[in-house]
Amino acid sequence: MLEYLWIVPLLPLLGSAVNGLFGAKWPNKFVSSVAIGSTGLSFLCALEAVREFFDGGQVLFHKEFFTWIAAGNFRAGFDLQMDQLTVVMVLVVTGVGWLIHIYATGYMAHEGGYYRFFSYLNLFMFFMLILVLAANYVLLFVGWEGVGLSSYLLIGFYFLKKSASDAGKKAFIVNRIGDFGFMLGMFLLFKAFHTLDFTAVFQAASNPAWGHEGWGQFGTFTVACLLLFMGACGKSAQLPLYVWLPDAMEGPTPVSALIHAATMVTAGVYVVARSHILFAHSETASVVVAIVGCATAFFAATIGLVQTDIKKVLAYSTVSQLGYMFLACGVGAFSAGIFHLMTHAFFKALLFLAAGSVIHAMGGEQDMQKMGGLSKKIKYTYATMLIATLAIAGIPPLAGFFSKDAILFGAFQIPGGHPLYALGLLTALLTSFYMFRLIFLTFHGKQRYDERKVHVHESPWSMLGPLVVLAVLSVVGGWLAAPAFWGGPDYFTNFLAPVFGGHEVVDAAGEAAAHQLELILAGVAFGTALIGIVVAYWLYLNKPGKPDGIAKSLKPAYTTLLNKYYVDELYAAVVVRPLMWISTVVLWKAADVAVIDGAVNGIAHETTALGDGVRHTQSGNTRSYAVWVVVGAIVIIAVIFFWPSAGKPVLGMVH
Amino acid sequence: MVPTNYYVILSAILFGLGVFAFIFKRNIITIFMSIELMLNAVNLAFVAFSQALGKLDGQVFVLFVIVVAAAEAAVGLGIIILIARNRQTLNVERVDLLKL
Repeated sequence: MLEYLWIVPLLPLLGSAVNGLFGAKWPNKFVSSVAIGSTGLSFLCALEAVREFFDGGQVLFHKEFFTWIAAGNFRAGFDLQMDQLTVVMVLVVTGVGWLIHIYATGYMAHEGGYYRFFSYLNLFMFFMLILVLAANYVLLFVGWEGVGLSSYLLIGFYFLKKSASDAGKKAFIVNRIGDFGFMLGMFLLFKAFHTLDFTAVFQAASNPAWGHEGWGQFGTFTVACLLLFMGACGKSAQLPLYVWLPDAMEGPTPVSALIHAATMVTAGVYVVARSHILFAHSETASVVVAIVGCATAFFAATIGLVQTDIKKVLAYSTVSQLGYMFLACGVGAFSAGIFHLMTHAFFKALLFLAAGSVIHAMGGEQDMQKMGGLSKKIKYTYATMLIATLAIAGIPPLAGFFSKDAILFGAFQIPGGHPLYALGLLTALLTSFYMFRLIFLTFHGKQRYDERKVHVHESPWSMLGPLVVLAVLSVVGGWLAAPAFWGGPDYFTNFLAPVFGGHEVVDAAGEAAAHQLELILAGVAFGTALIGIVVAYWLYLNKPGKPDGIAKSLKPAYTTLLNKYYVDELYAAVVVRPLMWISTVVLWKAADVAVIDGAVNGIAHETTALGDGVRHTQSGNTRSYAVWVVVGAIVIIAVIFFWPSAGKPVLGMVH
Repeated sequence: MVPTNYYVILSAILFGLGVFAFIFKRNIITIFMSIELMLNAVNLAFVAFSQALGKLDGQVFVLFVIVVAAAEAAVGLGIIILIARNRQTLNVERVDLLKL
């Protein structure tokens, strides 16, 4: 299968084409069979490929399937590769993607455009697989843009709703800003290395002749990395380009789970991790990545504190968790970042799917203030969502604890990393608080909906099945990288070591000290998470009136958070409105209407006027035509006889 | 023998009459006849020059003109009959629907 790796992305593309072309007239059963079948087969093919990869001794597999662009010395091929990092990404994408496809067949059962939805969703899988399997930056960029397209299509799935189509456009445009940087980064890399193949670029970059760019030095590596990171910021919703992700929740919930939580938004983390050799050269770029990630994590978490829409809370939580991943990449703990990417894919997909199940049960209601007391009515949803919440809050031994702990440990260890660690820890506190706020508001307390209007019902098993599987993964997923003090060999880090480089060898005493430190930090993180839970319990279950009181006493802070720091308003004032003004006044009314339209319409107008003047010769009277004929004949004869040069050859013909 | 310029002058007079009638008459059949008159005035000039120059080219032209005139008469008379049937008139001034 490794030799035929192209089949893995091709299957979802086929499914997308079949559903898109023929699905409109098919019953839902066929459409969902094609969609689930193609992604499921793709998952199996990926598994088989991974098995062969392991059998082959885990050496980097790289194959050129065909040349896509050849221009001079430049070659961009349809080249796929598989290494340890790809294995993780491919399995997460196909596995979680498959589960979400199954879930979506239940969730979307009563929606219009069923075939369209699955066609887009399969298309997304295709592009995402291209993205993670690509062996050069150009092909990666194809997938990168493709997932952006699918994201746009799926956010705007309910395109009759203006807010949904606006959100789709917003996501696309904000991503374009990032992509601009990504492209410039690629150009710069090509200028420096004359190739964009991963292996070649990284090999060239490993050359010691390049040297290290310290803090404040802006060499090739720093600029290229910062530009790539700009693309990553757009795709992975980091400051300052995160604004599209919360709005993207307008799409159907499975889309939020698959694209805007588990897979696509992690593409930026993947790119940074993939390019880690470049980032290793530049201290500035790494520090920027760490700071942006850490700031985003904290910033988004504070906004998440006060949101009342269940999906918005999860959206800001996603932004926040993505920030953690970038923090990990920035401090050089790449395997921790990828590990958090994986566990996050499990528990965040689960959270979104469970939230979708709640919304399904509530008949479309998303406002947590109109829920409450659901835990007894939808038990399975409650149980799975609670597991995911414990996982994201960082309660051992669930997945999130290990991955978050690894990141915080990484941040603590680098020189000058203590502020990052402190902010990360604070974010962890906020995370466990707002997640349990969500749980308590939704599932506990008094019911705040009208039972006569809302018929609360548990979701079908096509939706609950994926929830259960993801819940199991959220529990056991973290054990892969159980750090040494748990008695675990840290499989995950060792597995990724060939990609990211092994641990530095330290003496036994140093290692023991590190373990002790990690144990202490883990304890601190656990305690922090518990505090968050207790505070949430105290505020939202024990004293339900208290949050409103706090909101009143801290009114300025509360309204600022509720309005998301007015970032959307700021962007509207600084970017959108000036652009609109230039577009309207200068480009539209002056350039387009006055100059371009003016020229075209002016010519047309003059032509009409000329015709209008001349048409009066067409009187319709036969005799006037006769006069014209005679006059014409006389003129021609006159020309023949009296025009000095024209006459002679004509007369000459007579003889 | 009559000098050639007599024929040419006669031909010019006939042609002028034809043009005059073509422009100023109202009846379509009269206009049609004036066209025939012009054609035959030209024929006369052709034959006169043919004889004066001792060449047959002019007479060949005349035969062509006669053939064309016959064809034109067939088509033209058909059109005139249709106009007469549809409009109940042969006055060209009332057949002016083609104007803008």
